[in-house]
Amino acid sequence: MTITTETPLVRIEGLHKFYGQHHVLRGIDLEVNRGEVSVVIGPSGSGKSTMLRCVNLLETISAGRISVGGQLIGYRDVKGRLHDLKTKEIAAQRREIGMVFQRFNLFPHKTALYNIMEAPVHVKGQSRDAARKRAMELLDRVGLSDHAGHYPSQLSGGQQQRVAIARALAMDPELMLFDEPTSALDPELVGDVLNVMKDLARSGMTMIVVTHEIGFAREVGDRLTFMDGGVVVESGDPQEVLANPQHPRTKEFLSRVL
Amino acid sequence: MDTHQEKHEAPVVLNNPVPVRHPGRWISAIIILGVLVLFLQSLVTNPNFRWDIVGTYILDTKVIQGVGWTLLLTVASMVLAIILAILLAFMRQSENPVFRWSSWAWVWFFRGTPVYTQLVFWGLIAVLYPKITAGIPFGPEWFAVDTSTVITTTAAAILGLGLNESAYLAEIFRAGLKSVDRGQEEAAEALGMGKTKIMWRIILPQAMRVIVPPTGNETIGMLKTTSLVLAVPFTLDLTFATNTLANRTYLPVPLLIVAAIWYLVITSLLMVGQHFIEAYYGKGVDNLAPAAINPAAAKAAAAVAPSAAAEPALKMDLPEEEAK
Repeated sequence: MTITTETPLVRIEGLHKFYGQHHVLRGIDLEVNRGEVSVVIGPSGSGKSTMLRCVNLLETISAGRISVGGQLIGYRDVKGRLHDLKTKEIAAQRREIGMVFQRFNLFPHKTALYNIMEAPVHVKGQSRDAARKRAMELLDRVGLSDHAGHYPSQLSGGQQQRVAIARALAMDPELMLFDEPTSALDPELVGDVLNVMKDLARSGMTMIVVTHEIGFAREVGDRLTFMDGGVVVESGDPQEVLANPQHPRTKEFLSRVL
Repeated sequence: MDTHQEKHEAPVVLNNPVPVRHPGRWISAIIILGVLVLFLQSLVTNPNFRWDIVGTYILDTKVIQGVGWTLLLTVASMVLAIILAILLAFMRQSENPVFRWSSWAWVWFFRGTPVYTQLVFWGLIAVLYPKITAGIPFGPEWFAVDTSTVITTTAAAILGLGLNESAYLAEIFRAGLKSVDRGQEEAAEALGMGKTKIMWRIILPQAMRVIVPPTGNETIGMLKTTSLVLAVPFTLDLTFATNTLANRTYLPVPLLIVAAIWYLVITSLLMVGQHFIEAYYGKGVDNLAPAAINPAAAKAAAAVAPSAAAEPALKMDLPEEEAK
């Protein structure tokens, strides 16, 4: 599946993150090709969510570089010296990157339909009719077209998360980031969300998925990365890493979650 | 499974327990009702209330005009205060340190001095600055007007009340903005929304749920604070009107009752208004009637969505108490 000759869509190089004195990310390198599903696993506190949040600048980058589609994220490189981008420029970069949160973060004062329409209408300037039509298509795609008029508080966690995925897709992003999308769900609701994500992966979307769902990684992942203590411990083909982990820490982690 | 259930089809006998008795409720009700009856009896039998005078003056032209002016002062100063408060709350959250500092200083000053003092000050502004001029400091002057023609007593009253109130409301708005979960801002940022849009479209509408009740409180407070405009001196409001009539007739009690009745009427109307504002901003959280969606779009969606019927069981799996 992986096309190795192409330049990667996402390139993370030497990424470090400090919170004050606390060194959370200690030099992360990661590449994701177009159309690839890159799954990141690891114990809590390993920095995997922080890494993901750096990709769309929800966290500032302390050191290192991230580029998406050849574009440097958060900075402008002027003769080797980095300059911070303006808020507006950062917002423009984020439009190309969809994000799905652990806690869904739907807008509670808007219905499912208006959650999805919000950004296309008010960020992209699409007409309401066009945005509504597209939103209904996306709701259908995530299996919720009869819930268009419901507020988030009237939806189950799994339904909310599927609306959140539709909301991110409405901006037609090049890349989708998933930050533990099923961790806040009741076990019987996890499957619906994973099915939507599998469908999305098969449609060719480039995805970085931080998750604890090992089965998902095995089934649809093109690459599996195991992080611990702010570094990438091991990375490779999901089947191989899961069947035959090389590093003792990977073995220990997998023995506990499998 | 079905046959198993059919075996237990016997009619359900409800428990129907004997409820706990509450003698305390009955005793307290009797005491309170007794006091109330005594009070009502005194209202009718005590001739000093002079209900005839209340009846004469309740619809007096001066009183009605006073009600109008009091309402105008309340609404105008609250509108001014709300606009300033939104601005101050945004500035307080800004990344620009000059904005944060200015907002803090404004609240410190206008909350730290008595509203009465501020009203006297605005009344005296024309003495302090006889002319308002526009131009470059120490340079040419473009135009100048007499302060007293711009800052009329009405304007002075509205400015005095509004600026003072803005400091209190700014804190209410700040608390409201802070009450919105940080994830909301992150989700909007991740969609590529700009700071201003995030504030107006995502954060503020949710903050309003928290902001409206104390702001209603402040509005009702303002209604009665308008009686201080005498300090400007502004002499057309309800309290001044009834006091004037009381002094003329030497009957203070019935005219105080006239004023009290009108304040209560206006307060009640404001409370009705607040109820509807709260219902509006509570949508999605406090009141959960599904919004009407475009029927054409819904029909179109139903046409392309055969899967929609696949999970009717999940449609409302949150029980109603979760909606609270």
